[in-house]
Amino acid sequence: MNQDKTSIVPADRRPSLIVIGNGMVGHHCVERLIELGAHHHHAISVFGEERHPAYDRVHLSEYFSGRDAASLALGEAGLYADHGVALHLGEKVEKIDRTTREVVTSRGRYRFDQLVLATGSYPFVPAIPGSEGDARLVYRTLDDLDMIRAAAANARRGVVVGGGLLGLEAANALKSLGLEAHVVEFAPRLMPVQLDAEGGAALAARIEALGVGVHLSKATEAIVAGENGHRYRMRFADGSALDTDLVVFSAGIRPQDALARDCGLEIAARGGVVVNDHCASSDPAIYAIGECASWRERVFGLVAPGYRMARLVAERLAGQPSELFTGADMSTKLKLLGVDVGSIGDAHGASPGARSYRFIDERSASYRRLVVSEDGKRVLGAVLVGDNSFYDPLLQYVANAIAAPLAPEALILPAGEGAPALGIDALPDSATICSCHNVSKGTIREAIDQGCLDLASLKRETRASTGCGGCSALLKQAFEAELAARGVAVDASLCEHFSHTRQALFDLVRLEGIEDFDTLMRRHGNGGLGCDICKPAVASILASNWNRPILDPALAPLQDTNDAFMANMQKDGTYSVVPRIAGGEITPDKLIVLGEVAKKYDLYTKITGGQRIDMFGAELHQLPSIWAELLAAGFETGHAYGKSTRTVKSCVGSSWCRYGVQDSVAMALRLEHRYKGLRSPHKLKFAVSGCTRECAEAQSKDIGVIATERGWNLYVCGNGGMRPRHAELFATDLDDETLVRYIDRLLMFYVRTADRLQRTSVWRENLDGGLDYLKSVVIDDCLGVCAELERQMALVVERYECEWANALSDPEKLKRFRTFVNQNQGDPGLRYVRERGQRRPARADEIPSIVSEESA
Amino acid sequence: MPLDRSEEAVDSECAGQWQRLCSIDELVPDAGVTAWCRGEQIALFLLPAGSELSIYALANGDPFSGANVIGRGIVGDIAAQPVVASPLYKQHFRLADGRCIESPEIALRTWPVRLRDGWVEIDMHS
Repeated sequence: MNQDKTSIVPADRRPSLIVIGNGMVGHHCVERLIELGAHHHHAISVFGEERHPAYDRVHLSEYFSGRDAASLALGEAGLYADHGVALHLGEKVEKIDRTTREVVTSRGRYRFDQLVLATGSYPFVPAIPGSEGDARLVYRTLDDLDMIRAAAANARRGVVVGGGLLGLEAANALKSLGLEAHVVEFAPRLMPVQLDAEGGAALAARIEALGVGVHLSKATEAIVAGENGHRYRMRFADGSALDTDLVVFSAGIRPQDALARDCGLEIAARGGVVVNDHCASSDPAIYAIGECASWRERVFGLVAPGYRMARLVAERLAGQPSELFTGADMSTKLKLLGVDVGSIGDAHGASPGARSYRFIDERSASYRRLVVSEDGKRVLGAVLVGDNSFYDPLLQYVANAIAAPLAPEALILPAGEGAPALGIDALPDSATICSCHNVSKGTIREAIDQGCLDLASLKRETRASTGCGGCSALLKQAFEAELAARGVAVDASLCEHFSHTRQALFDLVRLEGIEDFDTLMRRHGNGGLGCDICKPAVASILASNWNRPILDPALAPLQDTNDAFMANMQKDGTYSVVPRIAGGEITPDKLIVLGEVAKKYDLYTKITGGQRIDMFGAELHQLPSIWAELLAAGFETGHAYGKSTRTVKSCVGSSWCRYGVQDSVAMALRLEHRYKGLRSPHKLKFAVSGCTRECAEAQSKDIGVIATERGWNLYVCGNGGMRPRHAELFATDLDDETLVRYIDRLLMFYVRTADRLQRTSVWRENLDGGLDYLKSVVIDDCLGVCAELERQMALVVERYECEWANALSDPEKLKRFRTFVNQNQGDPGLRYVRERGQRRPARADEIPSIVSEESA
Repeated sequence: MPLDRSEEAVDSECAGQWQRLCSIDELVPDAGVTAWCRGEQIALFLLPAGSELSIYALANGDPFSGANVIGRGIVGDIAAQPVVASPLYKQHFRLADGRCIESPEIALRTWPVRLRDGWVEIDMHS
């Protein structure tokens, strides 16, 4: 034993609970422990061997299409710290000492009362002579991926050994790194565990059509020096060979059970910590969950059963009633290299007497197999290649033992052949909708009863569809059916004056060329004056379509509080003024003007989050003269008051920064000046970063642009605020023109289809088909609307005019810019105190003393 | 609010009189402006309906925020009753009697309004 290791004993008296492993399953266990309040009664410590906190391994391949470690991270940052859970990252556990009840790491010894092993698995690499260096890569952790990326930098071709689920994922990763990808599989078909021969053949045909080489029934004997300019050559047992520059092994996983083995816990014959139905090991104080556990000689390599184990162990540790582990459904639904693959239940028809129906479409390389019981009354399993739209209903038939239709083959026939639709109504309350988070139809019903009346809040509340996301369509169906069952026709009326959605009103305005509120009310409204809901919404719709000056007489009374006076009303009824400082770039002369104006009107001055300067405390009647001075100095309105483009934040970029790879300031200026007049359902924030260091924080914006060596990566639909959301990578390495074209289309599509006051993030979350759908609309023009979206944006851009310049040229528009129409004075009710050299509104408790000073 | 003594004296002389605030041209259709009269801030709203003109006068002070902003709210109707929405926290007040829709125990002061020779007048002592 290492002498200098000191025993670290938690200071408090709570029993010590240690979780070894901070992967998806270990993290899920901690999350559940916190949810159940176990952190109040236990001192919880978590040890992770990797340097990253738990991340989403299911979506690992997206790391190569632009997602970074942070965006793959699971759960809320700060969850552990906020609940007093100690997280030791990069601290490998070397030993479990069961006699002293201590965990020994490279840094010390930690006492435990109870221990959860969530050490996962490691990739199995067969012993093949010559496999080392870049010919011995694996695909499991972010660090592994960094090594693959480094190896790919000087490579043209890459081979993955293993044609299973993970192997195909790895092939996809190689492809997205720009390599010619090949898959080598020992078995005579791809995905031998999940697919049958025909399914494997259909998948191979699909994948080969994508340019990925598929080599079946190949046993690699040795890896030797390559020829034809490649680094390596793989020699196969049948005498054939394949040249390559790197080799990734994905030939299966092995339970990471070394710690358990060393401390004498019972280990299964084929590896894995033997656990009982409570997931307890042979030592009742030690549990094992996820891929390191072996339950009845089975190791489960999917996240859903791991999550189930994590939950039941957490419940047990928290002293709650917990279910028993009863095995898991190994059904899977995936998109591998863009090809739908599904495997449900008894996919191989192994049950006694099972019968199969098969549907083969060689033209599109689609394959479906349905396995039913001998009497034809039960659906036992299915294999799907090429079209996963069949997956959800089939899974429900299997998982919930729903009686099969009289002609079960209809379940896999193409639509239009009279396939019986399995309505969500057919499912019992106990039916599992989301298997990752174990959310039943009944739970969804309860959440709706408790007020989750939109999909986003339903997901937040129940966590359904926030794991692998495979159930999103089913969840939506369940949600809508539940609402319909309550007779809640979801009333999408804007308000009592318009029985239309914002989107419908937008289309009506556009199609009929309506340019004023009265016409819209007359033709499509319910009569009346309108209200503070529909008037600003219509004002925004009119502005997005026609971009006329917002204080034109017919439009002015529609404008919301801040738009009406083109300034931001503060708590005492005075305004703040924000001139545009595009991209955060400003000359010294203009800075001096801002200082002079602020000083002259005694305005409290503060730098905003959007790299501009906000001046507070202007009275209504002061706004025109303040703006006259700002306009004279070359400023224009900043639209800080509008549901519209606000700012494009930028870093200094390649013009000054030694790391910058593109001129981010120039791009920020271009974007800000292009979109500055655009009014939208909610405010829009942009940012442009000049390199991947991301100083402009573009990934927290509605539109984020990050420079690459080859152009720009576009991120969309992020935001900060109350519920922060990372922007998602939308397209990579764009040139300037393509970037602007995509942003034109995306923004206009949002402006047209979002709800009132819906930010891009929520819009995106509620969008059927998600990011893929958004890409197909904006990039592939699947709706055929891109030309029109661009035309509409071009009109908005062309009609841009500084609203303040427009208003100052027209005395009629300035009529309301007077504190009193009959008296040339300010509001005598305003009270200020000075603090840190500037004034601020007095608080209620400060006002009496001010009055008495004045009257004294 | 501290009042100027002399102003109070002048005001008392016209007690019970209709007070002339401003010309009808100072008002903005379907919106509000604010006038000053004897230390009171009065929000004036003009709702043209066909050839008819309706003018409403309400206290400009917003009881929820303490700020003098009612004249800057959006005018509309709820269940056919004309209302103004406070621009700060969006409570609705009926133009006819100042009653707050969300908190009926609260009402803004209102004044009778008339139009004489193109002048907007209110009765301060009603």
